[in-house]
Amino acid sequence: MEKTILLGNEAIVRGALEAGVQFVATYPGTPASEIGNTFFKISRSGEFSGHFEFSTNEKVALEAGIGASFSGLKTLVAMKNFGLNVCSDALLPFVYTGTKGSTVIAVADDPSCHSSAQSEENSRAFAYLAHLPVLEPADPQECKDFTQLAFQISERYKIPVIIRTTTRVAHQKMPVKLSKLPAKTVPQVKFIKDVQRFVTMPPRVLEMKKELLAKIEAIRDFSEKSKINGGPSSGNFNTGIITAGVSYLYVMEALKELNLNLPVLKLGFFYPLPEKRIKSFIKNLKKVLIVEELEPYLEKEVKSLAKEVNCHLKILGKNLIPEVGELKPEIVTLAIAKLTNKKYRIQDKGYKIPVIRRRPQLCPGCPYWLVFGGVKKAINLKEVIFGGDIGCYMLAGEAPLFLQDYLSCMGSSIGIAHGIKKASGGRQKLITFIGDSTFFHAGIPALINTVFNKSNPLIIVMDNQTTAMTGHQPHPGAPVTPDGIKIEEIVKACGVKNLKVIDPANQAEFVQTIKEFIQKPEVSVVIARHPCIFVKKQKT
Amino acid sequence: MKKDFNIVIVGTGGQGLITLLQITAEAAMHSGFDVKTSELHGLSQRGGSVEVHIRFGKKIYSPLVAQGMADLIIALEIQESLKAAYFANTKTIFLINKHFIPIPLQKTLSKEQTLGALKKISKRIEIVEAGGVTAGVYLLSLASFKKLLPLKPQSILQAIKKVIPKQYLEINKKAFELAKKYAKT
Repeated sequence: MEKTILLGNEAIVRGALEAGVQFVATYPGTPASEIGNTFFKISRSGEFSGHFEFSTNEKVALEAGIGASFSGLKTLVAMKNFGLNVCSDALLPFVYTGTKGSTVIAVADDPSCHSSAQSEENSRAFAYLAHLPVLEPADPQECKDFTQLAFQISERYKIPVIIRTTTRVAHQKMPVKLSKLPAKTVPQVKFIKDVQRFVTMPPRVLEMKKELLAKIEAIRDFSEKSKINGGPSSGNFNTGIITAGVSYLYVMEALKELNLNLPVLKLGFFYPLPEKRIKSFIKNLKKVLIVEELEPYLEKEVKSLAKEVNCHLKILGKNLIPEVGELKPEIVTLAIAKLTNKKYRIQDKGYKIPVIRRRPQLCPGCPYWLVFGGVKKAINLKEVIFGGDIGCYMLAGEAPLFLQDYLSCMGSSIGIAHGIKKASGGRQKLITFIGDSTFFHAGIPALINTVFNKSNPLIIVMDNQTTAMTGHQPHPGAPVTPDGIKIEEIVKACGVKNLKVIDPANQAEFVQTIKEFIQKPEVSVVIARHPCIFVKKQKT
Repeated sequence: MKKDFNIVIVGTGGQGLITLLQITAEAAMHSGFDVKTSELHGLSQRGGSVEVHIRFGKKIYSPLVAQGMADLIIALEIQESLKAAYFANTKTIFLINKHFIPIPLQKTLSKEQTLGALKKISKRIEIVEAGGVTAGVYLLSLASFKKLLPLKPQSILQAIKKVIPKQYLEINKKAFELAKKYAKT
């Protein structure tokens, strides 16, 4: 069989293609970005004949996916963890209505926040909130296989299914066994009216909830029999391990390192959990260790199941495994050594190594240097609050710039600015930095709010004509074919009077404008437009 | 090869570490090994420290090298080798490019300071001079010619041909040949 080295994210794409996916929507975000990037590439080259789009944000991406699914298309929607928060308003009713065309949602978490500046989110919690099946692959082969399985589950039970990865799964490579791609077909589908199915109005919505809970129990039966829950089990043991996702790989490595042979239950289904499988696994054990990253969801489940079948079972988990930060092989090996009273010493003699800290920087030649430099020239930094947002420009918070006094989620620089302005009765001066793609994503409603509810921050839209941080994806203002939506037209239409579009390379004009706008009694917007050094000019 | 082989490559964003990872992984797969790798994308690439892991052997589970378990550490920038020391033990081989990329607002550590610290861990430190975009391919090829890793030069060359885009292939093949020459000296 053919084997190709694939990244976890590429394997998800391959799995979706082998399943015959027809509609793909995404908003880029590390560590999920390569799913969209790969589809972007193969849809431009003609290898993928279905619909692919970079949507404006994850909520719109999911809604587009819902429409495609309601019309009967096989659909994939991909995002990073925070994207799931953004789209959750659309997600919950979608689980109620269910799918028509099978639908998979790929979500990538980022334990240790390598590329996530806002929280160390564990998206598994959405399974409980939304009653949404969640599968957790451990490696790229499973990324491919589980994606196909997720489409099958969705097809069979008419429910969206989440593939949940973490950074070390999404950005892991290994040789993956490929299967054949289905023949290209032109789908002939259309939306067929079915009010009972697609309208979530009460009292129907409560019937839908009952149907959903019944579905989950049916999927639980499927999960009990599924091969993706399992692992090595042999002999008569007192001690076992329950694990999932990438943690499983560290467990297996630890058993090899410690030369141990223990039963391991690897759960491919996070939700609904195969409760019978877990009960039969723990029934005769004296001790069980739950190895999972972040919050102890599995541990809590096992604790409640143990009460039914083995109330003397000693359940270890977060007392040996940290709840903050991603796991590493040595952490898991040490925990299993403690569990089994084996000796294990990390080969670390406490060498005194000088610490070097090389933080990311804005690229040399990045136009953002001109924006930050200009702002520093224009105002007294001590008198002004700086609102940060999600993009390369959040590096303004680091040396040598230090221009970031708060940072939260996409678009929030403007929303929070309004609150700060109102709190101080407009006395405190405030400048926000928001990128072009982030402005389209979630900045516009916040801008409208500052106009509607009357506050006066100075908003600088850092328009570099691309979604730079995640790998230069196009966005509504800078699409593949030119003539994007003009940010200045949107700002004007919102009723902003103080508006200027300036290339920050014109420093004198830029500095003068900042000086002038920071004194205005109404909201002002400067669109600092200069393309990212990686963007080739498509139109002159 | 009895045990798994663990490589950590360190450098800074933009030095082509992910390409190097891909070449090594391809070479390992075509040599009949199971292989797993780990890398980071996104903002961590904007000139900051980058670290990638490659593990191969009979059956590999973890994509990450455990602390103190690296067999070979390749550093494309000399100060970055200190970051990889976390993965080193007394037998770890360091193959270090004598190339300095200054860290903004920090004093650059001298070659002596860096090597002095590493020598307390391992005596097997090789330092070579390689510049430009092919430094990574040069170091990896050199490691192969000097038998610092259990992958044959021929496998590395095959992988280079597979991974490197056509327009950059000649210059990378040249780096491979230079490594061959240097290994004999």
